[in-house]
Amino acid sequence: MGQGFFLLFAAVSVIAALTVVLARNPVHSALALMACFLQVSAIFVLLGAPLLAVIQIFVYVGAIMVLFLFVIMMIDVREAVLQRFLPGGNLPALVLLVLLGVEMLVLVLWSDRFSATEPVAVQGGDQVRALSTALFADYLLPFEIASVILLAALVGAIILARKEPG
Amino acid sequence: MVPLSWYILLGVVLFVIGAAGVLLRRNILVVLMSLELLLNSVNINFIAFGRYYADFRGQIFAIFVIATTAAEVAVALGILVALVRNKATLKVDDVTVMKG
Repeated sequence: MGQGFFLLFAAVSVIAALTVVLARNPVHSALALMACFLQVSAIFVLLGAPLLAVIQIFVYVGAIMVLFLFVIMMIDVREAVLQRFLPGGNLPALVLLVLLGVEMLVLVLWSDRFSATEPVAVQGGDQVRALSTALFADYLLPFEIASVILLAALVGAIILARKEPG
Repeated sequence: MVPLSWYILLGVVLFVIGAAGVLLRRNILVVLMSLELLLNSVNINFIAFGRYYADFRGQIFAIFVIATTAAEVAVALGILVALVRNKATLKVDDVTVMKG
């Protein structure tokens, strides 16, 4: 049953990801990316990480994609729709991609380190509580740095996007 | 139960698709979205390894990756809006002013 759900979510997410790359209209890409993120968050639920699934939906679907759609609405994408798709003469990039994919697939399928079928038994207790204890005790400094980075990004985005004075 | 390698393979497939979007598409918006796809496939790997080796650090790293991604997208879209205001183009190839 878990395998069936995984295959369903994985197939839909891969199809949505292909749509992101292949769609001509950026709006279609954004909507497909949203579908892909929803599938990935379902996969997080399968992986026993409900907190991450909720964060994924809040941050990616709720904030980042809405930001993308706002920007798409602000700028004119009609010209982008008309432009030529997948310019020719990009053979090096294609070769690089095929090499990358084949290399990673061979590595994953060859190695026996990834063959674990059963997760290590978790020692009971509340998962989210243990996670947040680790986050706010052992990883407090990275957490604070992340919040400073977010603040800097907030200020930077406002400065960058505002109209030049005068 | 789903084997660990399936999650890794899903991460590989999403990563390659995202890399294809970054390398082959010439639309800045689609390139940025493909970057999101790349980071998400890495997150799948983090959480899968954390689950199969009973380690919280995978999830913690995924949280930090998501926070960094949010910052990156905000700044990137701010730059994009400023760029489009100065020069009405969405093609990556037209934005080479900083190339020496």
